[in-house]
Amino acid sequence: MAPGTARRYPFPKVPMRQFLLALGLLLWLALPARAQDAFTAALPGLAGGFGDIATSVEQLGALADPRALPILRVLQAGQLQKTANGRLLLPGNIDALTGQPADASGAETVRLNNRVRQALRGALGRLQLASPDAAERGAAAEAIFRSRSAEDVPTLQAAIARETDAGVKAKLILALAAAQLVASDEEAKRAAIARLGAAGTVEARALLIEARAANPGMAAAIDASIANIDQSLAIRRAVETLFQGLSLGSVLLLAALGLAVTFGVMGVINMAHGEFVMLGAYATFMVQEACRGIPWLAPWSLPLSVPAAFLLAAAAGAVLERGLIRHLYGRPLETLLMTFGVGMILQQAVRLAFGAQNREVASPAWMQGTLMLPGGISVTQNRLWIIVFGIAVLLLVIAAIRFTRFGLEMRAVVQNRRIAATMGIRTGRVDALTFAFGSGIAGMAGVALSQIDNVSPNLGTGYIIDSFMVVVFGGVGSLAGTLVGALTLGVVNKVLEPYAGAVLAKVFVLVAIMLFIQRRPRGLFALKGRAAES
Amino acid sequence: MSASLAAPAPGGFGRMTLRLVLIGAVLVLAMLPALNRLPADSALHVSDFIVTVTGKWITYAILALAIDLAWGYAGILSLGHGAFFALGGYAIGMHLMRLIGPRGVYGHPTLPDFMVFLGYQELPWYWLGFDHFPFAILMAVAVPGLLAGVVGYLAFRSRITGVYLSIITQALTYALMLAFFRNDMGFGGNNGFTDFKELLGMPLNTQAARSALFYASLLLLLGALWLCSSITKSKLGRVLVAIRDAESRVRFLGYDVTQHKLFVFVLSAMIAGLAGALYVPQVGIINPGEFSPGNSIEAVIWVAVGGRGTLVGALLGAFSVNALKTWLTTVAPGLWLFALGGLFVAVTLFLPRGLIGLFSKAPK
Amino acid sequence: MSEPVLYLDGVSVVFDGFRALNNLSLIVDAGELRAIIGPNGAGKTTMMDVITGKTRPTAGVVRFREHDLTKLDEATIANLGIGRKFQKPTMFDALTVFENLELALKAPRGPLACLRWTLTGEAHRRIEGVMEEVGLASRSGDRAAILSHGQRQWLEIGMLLMQDPELLLVDEPVAGMTDQETEHTAALLVRIAGERSVVVVEHDLEFVRALGSKVTVLCEGSMLSEGSIDHVQNDPRVIEVYLGR
Repeated sequence: MAPGTARRYPFPKVPMRQFLLALGLLLWLALPARAQDAFTAALPGLAGGFGDIATSVEQLGALADPRALPILRVLQAGQLQKTANGRLLLPGNIDALTGQPADASGAETVRLNNRVRQALRGALGRLQLASPDAAERGAAAEAIFRSRSAEDVPTLQAAIARETDAGVKAKLILALAAAQLVASDEEAKRAAIARLGAAGTVEARALLIEARAANPGMAAAIDASIANIDQSLAIRRAVETLFQGLSLGSVLLLAALGLAVTFGVMGVINMAHGEFVMLGAYATFMVQEACRGIPWLAPWSLPLSVPAAFLLAAAAGAVLERGLIRHLYGRPLETLLMTFGVGMILQQAVRLAFGAQNREVASPAWMQGTLMLPGGISVTQNRLWIIVFGIAVLLLVIAAIRFTRFGLEMRAVVQNRRIAATMGIRTGRVDALTFAFGSGIAGMAGVALSQIDNVSPNLGTGYIIDSFMVVVFGGVGSLAGTLVGALTLGVVNKVLEPYAGAVLAKVFVLVAIMLFIQRRPRGLFALKGRAAES
Repeated sequence: MSASLAAPAPGGFGRMTLRLVLIGAVLVLAMLPALNRLPADSALHVSDFIVTVTGKWITYAILALAIDLAWGYAGILSLGHGAFFALGGYAIGMHLMRLIGPRGVYGHPTLPDFMVFLGYQELPWYWLGFDHFPFAILMAVAVPGLLAGVVGYLAFRSRITGVYLSIITQALTYALMLAFFRNDMGFGGNNGFTDFKELLGMPLNTQAARSALFYASLLLLLGALWLCSSITKSKLGRVLVAIRDAESRVRFLGYDVTQHKLFVFVLSAMIAGLAGALYVPQVGIINPGEFSPGNSIEAVIWVAVGGRGTLVGALLGAFSVNALKTWLTTVAPGLWLFALGGLFVAVTLFLPRGLIGLFSKAPK
Repeated sequence: MSEPVLYLDGVSVVFDGFRALNNLSLIVDAGELRAIIGPNGAGKTTMMDVITGKTRPTAGVVRFREHDLTKLDEATIANLGIGRKFQKPTMFDALTVFENLELALKAPRGPLACLRWTLTGEAHRRIEGVMEEVGLASRSGDRAAILSHGQRQWLEIGMLLMQDPELLLVDEPVAGMTDQETEHTAALLVRIAGERSVVVVEHDLEFVRALGSKVTVLCEGSMLSEGSIDHVQNDPRVIEVYLGR
């Protein structure tokens, strides 16, 4: 309303200065209302054509209006409806503008195209940046990092300035760098290149390669940053490979530890060892089934399986040693064939009892998921637990051999059976206990394997050859050798895998062991002193 | 190894009787394909199935001979002889695949079906030459022999004996099995080779081809028996027994133990390879399953059941265990693995000299 | 003076920190008969292991004529002309007496040579001659497993003779023999020496006296004394070792 037009009408005379003040006040008061107006003004665009929707989305994204976020999310999910008269409906037929239930007759879904989707990503990102939830803001920073555009720079700078969470801030800074890379400010671009280089992620590397074509002038700086990323990626890959290798190694360790006792210490070659591992896995399955009906017990079925599997396999081992193996002492080749037959019978018995199909053994919640370590290194929890379990079992075996009465008697019988017998040690009982002990360890290995492999009757066959390789490679009769052997084979396998594939890696390892034996036959086969040969 | 594994003592089941039984058995075998040609309603008619199965068993018996030569005489318990058998089978399988020519499903003039399927443009170099039968047979002998030579040289030179050698050979066949399961090895991966059409101009599904393969197997069996027995009867045979019983003592007599073991191991692998080469055209398929460690150890148990250290024992074991298998797997399939496992246990505990040991007197 | 047949100088063998041989030196001349005595653990068997290539010395020189034995394997050393009889008689139990001797008979040792090998009349006569010598002529077709301990000793001595070696290492040949057999063995070894060199390890001092040869006393892996049997028996250090503890 211009004052000049009211000249003919009487008008209270107001000093100009006061008028301006009042006007300013009015304008100031009207600001939120104008924002409200902008939201209401922008929203109907969503019911229009693709161009209108995109514009509307961008406008909504620029507003810090809390109502915009859920609507845009619904839109992104493809669940926003529009009616013939231009109303927008949220799921449950709620009018997007009023928040009231509305008539949904004739409504159709608002469709998206790529331009809209891109606009949506940016808009959602900007809106999320204002969220009170740190996780939301972090996710928003990552989204902007991916969708990056030069327009995000001021938004991000503002967001960085008010951000309090360090993790989110780091993500924001990276997103800012990504945005600056496509902006025109040369100085900021250089800084961004350096920052992305320091980030050391595959995404940052892709951004830099993209930017390299667009900015030939900065090729040197970009290349340096890429080299930087490659280096840290290589380190991370190396650490992850090492972890996988250690994890495979501890599986081998678990499978081979029992052999290190029965074969390494007693000199009994037990080809049914793999079947004892399998029995351990089935014991885990049975304990799980038994605990299923008891809610407070169910999460602890796995730890409970450890003693159960040990006892089951140890009992089987004791029966095998007393019933059959002891009749074949001093005849290793016959023992090998006989125990292979026993393994066959065990496999077939389990197949008939439980069926040939795989049995499901669930991981407890505390073993699931992935753990993120600093530097972007991710490790799966169950693999981590298997490493821990492997070390624990190794320590248990060492303690049992070193510090118990049974371990003492066992060592005595191994060193000199006749003298041990004259000292009053019942050697037959010690043999049975030792064999049961080694078999029980195989059972515990089965608990671990049930977490990473299929529980089926032929579970053990896949591990028996590898386990023997570990014992032979590490040195018969040496627990330290078994540990080193298992971890070495595990790591070498995983290091070779990316180049050669899992199968050829196995073949290479086998050939390498054969060649290694050429150089260190005695070190590996631990001939016991000069009396080893007759 | 204990003294109870000695050659059968003279007396009891005498040498002459043994020879007569053997000749009788060979004559009966030799008549089978002829009886197969009798009309189906004849009382003496023998079915196609019997001829094929017996032909298969003959190749198993040859494999058993090869294992016995290495194990029963030289004390080399190889748990990987199935690998040599399978390699021989793959060599002839490659030849049979090449002979299919354009009759494959895809009708490609040179490439076998699986190669067309996997997008090969041309034959890999290691397939060259396999269109010639003599070359394929040569490879069926040479490849197992070469592999045995390399593995044996490395193992025997570092004096890997007993169960260690058994484990290494088992790992060898296991590794080969994994390798042959891979599609990009160029050997048909999982499925191996099958759908063979003909061999030496003979369609394989005819009676004539079946009896020809049967007689070829029988001839090879007799040839292998002659070769093995001339070795075991020679001084070399006695050196091998000496190595089996007291390896280091043989060294102090001036014998290069590595050479002798290598000789017999390579020869044994070659015989196994030839057996495999005759096995595949008779069963019509070869796949990586043949490399499975279980197969090799099953073959070892044939020898143990029959009686190791006697050539006739190996033959007896191969025929009797496989007859039992064929019968049981049709009557009660679930029981077969129990029976086989039980055989391992029973033979090692109660019958260390095998079935032959029942007939000959225990050594004085 | 002729070149020595066997020459050991400064030989040491260490097993896991334990010195089985300690700077041992020994010279055996062509045609010499030498007796070696010493308490248990003196290193007598280890010395034989070193000479025959079973054990590699940690340090020192071991020569047979011009050959460096530390670089050769057992079979090569045996073929150079060094034969060994073990403390615990070892032969091939599954083979007959005749076959055991046939395997020991000096002849080409390769696999193919063994495959083609046929027993000539001359070889047959040699084997029978040795069987006569060791008193096993009547046991020709018996498997070695069923021989008595004394007969096994004889069979192994017979195998040693079949090898026709230049140097014989004989470890405790008369353990388990009757006095008569012991005398016979001593006479046999004395007769063999002269054409060949013989090193005998023995506990039985009467037997050593019967050999009438130079005696070397080993103790804790080193040479303690050397000379005639009377000389070493009167050596105070030897008395100390044998009686002092």
